[in-house]
Amino acid sequence: MSEAAATGHDHPQRATAFIKDHTRAQWHDQALWFVRTKRDRAIDLVPEWQTLRETAAAIKAHTVARLPEYLEQFEANATAAGATVHWARNAEEHNRIVLQLLQKNGVKRIVKSKSMLTEECHLNPFLEKHGIEVTDTDLGERIVQFRKEPPSHIVLPAIHLKKEDVGDTFAEHIGTPKGLADPQQLTEAARLHLREKFMQAEAGISGVNFAIAESGGVVVCTNEGNADLGCSLPKLHIACMGIEKLIPRVADLGVFTRLLARSATGQPVTTYTSHFHGPQAGGELHIVMVDNGRSQIRTSDDYRRSLNCIRCGACMNTCPVYRRSGGHSYGSTVPGPIGSILSPSSDPSAHRSLPFACTLCGSCTDVCPVKIDLHHQLLTWRKDLASKGFVAWTKRASMVVASFVMARPWLFRFAGTWGKRLGRWLPRALLMKGPAAWMNPWVRSRELPPLPAESFRAMMEKRGKQ
Amino acid sequence: MSARDEILANLRKRNLEVPPLPTLDTAWLRFEKPAEQFATMCKAVGGNVIPVTDRKSAIATIAALPVLQGGNKQVCSFAPELFAGNVDPALITDPHTLEPLDVTVAEAKLGVAENGSLWFDSSFISQRTALFIAQHVVLVVSAETLVHNMHEAYARITPPRPGYGVFVAGPSKTADIEQSLVIGAHGARSANVLVVG
Amino acid sequence: MTAARRIGLFVPCYVDQLYPDVAMATLEVLEKQGLSVEFPSQQTCCGQPMANTGCDGQAEPLARRMVSLFAGYEHIVCPSGSCVAMVRHHYKSFFSADDAAYQHVRKNTFELTEYLTDVLKVERIPVRFPHRVGLHSSCHGLRELRLGHSSELGRGVPTQDRARHLLSGLQDITLVDLTRPDECCGFGGTFAVAEEAVSTMMGCDRIADHERAGAEVITAGDMSCLMHMEGLIKRQKKPTRIMHIAQILAGRPVAAGGPR
Repeated sequence: MSEAAATGHDHPQRATAFIKDHTRAQWHDQALWFVRTKRDRAIDLVPEWQTLRETAAAIKAHTVARLPEYLEQFEANATAAGATVHWARNAEEHNRIVLQLLQKNGVKRIVKSKSMLTEECHLNPFLEKHGIEVTDTDLGERIVQFRKEPPSHIVLPAIHLKKEDVGDTFAEHIGTPKGLADPQQLTEAARLHLREKFMQAEAGISGVNFAIAESGGVVVCTNEGNADLGCSLPKLHIACMGIEKLIPRVADLGVFTRLLARSATGQPVTTYTSHFHGPQAGGELHIVMVDNGRSQIRTSDDYRRSLNCIRCGACMNTCPVYRRSGGHSYGSTVPGPIGSILSPSSDPSAHRSLPFACTLCGSCTDVCPVKIDLHHQLLTWRKDLASKGFVAWTKRASMVVASFVMARPWLFRFAGTWGKRLGRWLPRALLMKGPAAWMNPWVRSRELPPLPAESFRAMMEKRGKQ
Repeated sequence: MSARDEILANLRKRNLEVPPLPTLDTAWLRFEKPAEQFATMCKAVGGNVIPVTDRKSAIATIAALPVLQGGNKQVCSFAPELFAGNVDPALITDPHTLEPLDVTVAEAKLGVAENGSLWFDSSFISQRTALFIAQHVVLVVSAETLVHNMHEAYARITPPRPGYGVFVAGPSKTADIEQSLVIGAHGARSANVLVVG
Repeated sequence: MTAARRIGLFVPCYVDQLYPDVAMATLEVLEKQGLSVEFPSQQTCCGQPMANTGCDGQAEPLARRMVSLFAGYEHIVCPSGSCVAMVRHHYKSFFSADDAAYQHVRKNTFELTEYLTDVLKVERIPVRFPHRVGLHSSCHGLRELRLGHSSELGRGVPTQDRARHLLSGLQDITLVDLTRPDECCGFGGTFAVAEEAVSTMMGCDRIADHERAGAEVITAGDMSCLMHMEGLIKRQKKPTRIMHIAQILAGRPVAAGGPR
């Protein structure tokens, strides 16, 4: 059972807790907004940005439709280049395959670069249970690994932490001086610490940003150099990917490499865009392709486009709710708008609050580089959750009542007139404080709207204009 | 049934209409002065861009770079005609031995004006680890190999199969600590980029 | 002016009950353009609150009522981007594609500023409004109806901002510049109650942006956004006034205590 279901906590409760530290919530909001503005400045230098988005969306739509053929083509070409391709139906199978590869090679220490897929499969705890030391080498991931927290953002794992928090974490785990909070110096300390890990690692695990069907290669985009070090020093490289990471041609990378970093961080490109075709001389490259519910999502006309996702995080950076509630309030591996669409697929009950953690503002849809209709899919999820019985009966009951009233103009007028009369007559103490505030969250921080005696239709009747 | 068979069967259960794959023949972004754009973008991604007129001046400039001064620098050069290193990549069998590398010198096959990146691959870089493990990199690109955008880049290069290829845009970096940009994460701390011609 | 079209005034349910002057101002603005406008009094609600809660079953009867009530009008005008977006984009699951009445209503329901600018081609409304005004870009109008340029799309996608166009033509008005020109106010329907903490923080942040820009009045095309911000402003006893754009265009003065 997911933590969300087990603890009964859902987004609104966690978000409320996050916002209690208002200064910190504002800082978090500003930090993510800053990333959004960097993205805006970057795309202004690309006049054909909308064409790129449309082209990327078209490539993905085509690929997802022909996915079995492209997977077979990719497997054949990757194998021809010397890689070994593995297929995993679900997270458990993925973890077993990875473990078996490591055990077969007598591996006890591995380094891992950023892979949301491995997060989704909860690979780290599984490997650690089997006695394997896992070091996450992306700086943000290493920080949260030390803190035993999940990443709060898919691209900026430690965005929820201040430099002082990082300083404390490093003082505890890698012996930096207490109170040191300078990012430059902390990064230097991490560099030295992780370099040891790279040198000692017996295998490297990476994610996959793009898998090319035409050539059988996998592409990994990073800024820090950790993926390349981690997958070049040891002889064994395991690349883990969701099956939706496929693109048909090498040329398609021209489109995606122009969209990814600009959308994610506002950089024109990541520092390293690495193309792996087969293993190094004397080494092994294993590619583990994971379904874990993706083929199911693909069957849905409503949600299929969510498979376009290239995990850039732009939707999170722009989402006014994410910025003010933080990734951990979603209780799902991938948070934010895209996570709120993907997670309910695997567990609608646990994640039932996520599609409602949204004002349907549509900003996410407009930043998505692959044109996923995010806010429309979130709305569709609300309908699906309601029909599956995952919307609170109180909410549904109030909509049944409202619909009943609205279908009868005489009742609408009656309810409006008397509701407002009651509102005008009741003392403020009853309306706005105490139990009222508990029953009606509106009044906790807001005054009620005006309750005029005369409605517009009444005015019009007087005017004789019917 | 194997996982492979099951996944493919699941996918094939749902026959989807296949929209066409776009042809990518849009008139993509080009620059009046690609070399200038390259320099601007490479600086923006943290590179130290040094334009030089010809290969002769490239040789002199590299030799005078601060990262190469001081005795006992361990240098791996993939462009020995530009700078003679003292760590011969051809003799390396275990990349771990490259850990003490101070500088890697390499010449790119092409550069991309829109983002300041440079292409290297295993057809001329025999030890890919050298690009990441060295404390500093000195990268050289000839102005006439600059392309305008990534579409043109992918049209010109062929990632080796089997093999490795990488676009490198400046030194390694991270902003993972409070969005503070730090140049020099796990890879190179600095990237001197010579644009020749 | 325009030939005698049958124009139907579509008034959001909560505007009818809580902000009747917004509907009256809308009527006046249209009448000043020489139109004769009818208000079908049997209208109630477009069904958006139900649909947004996932209760399509409860939204459908209201959608059907809506279409049958308005099918006889050539044009339907509404002072709310989100209600118009509901009719234009989210009614399709309730009707078959060849339902003529639905198609007609879908194609001919307009938000007020879009009607004035695109259909009536209004260049200037002769009203004086000597105040500093913050224009809040209500999300559904902006990103569903494309009433303006959403900042996410970058400079390459210019779209005339209807509200801005109409407001800038008013005499002596000053439109202030916000740091986040189109961030959501946080109302979001039931979100305002279900996610009260986030909703409140979002609303306060919007208000603060307008305050920093020196806005005396915050205006928007959707009264729902304004209702939420006004609730916060009044609780915090701030002096900023709230007016729906229809009220400004109708020449209403900035009244003490805001619109009624």
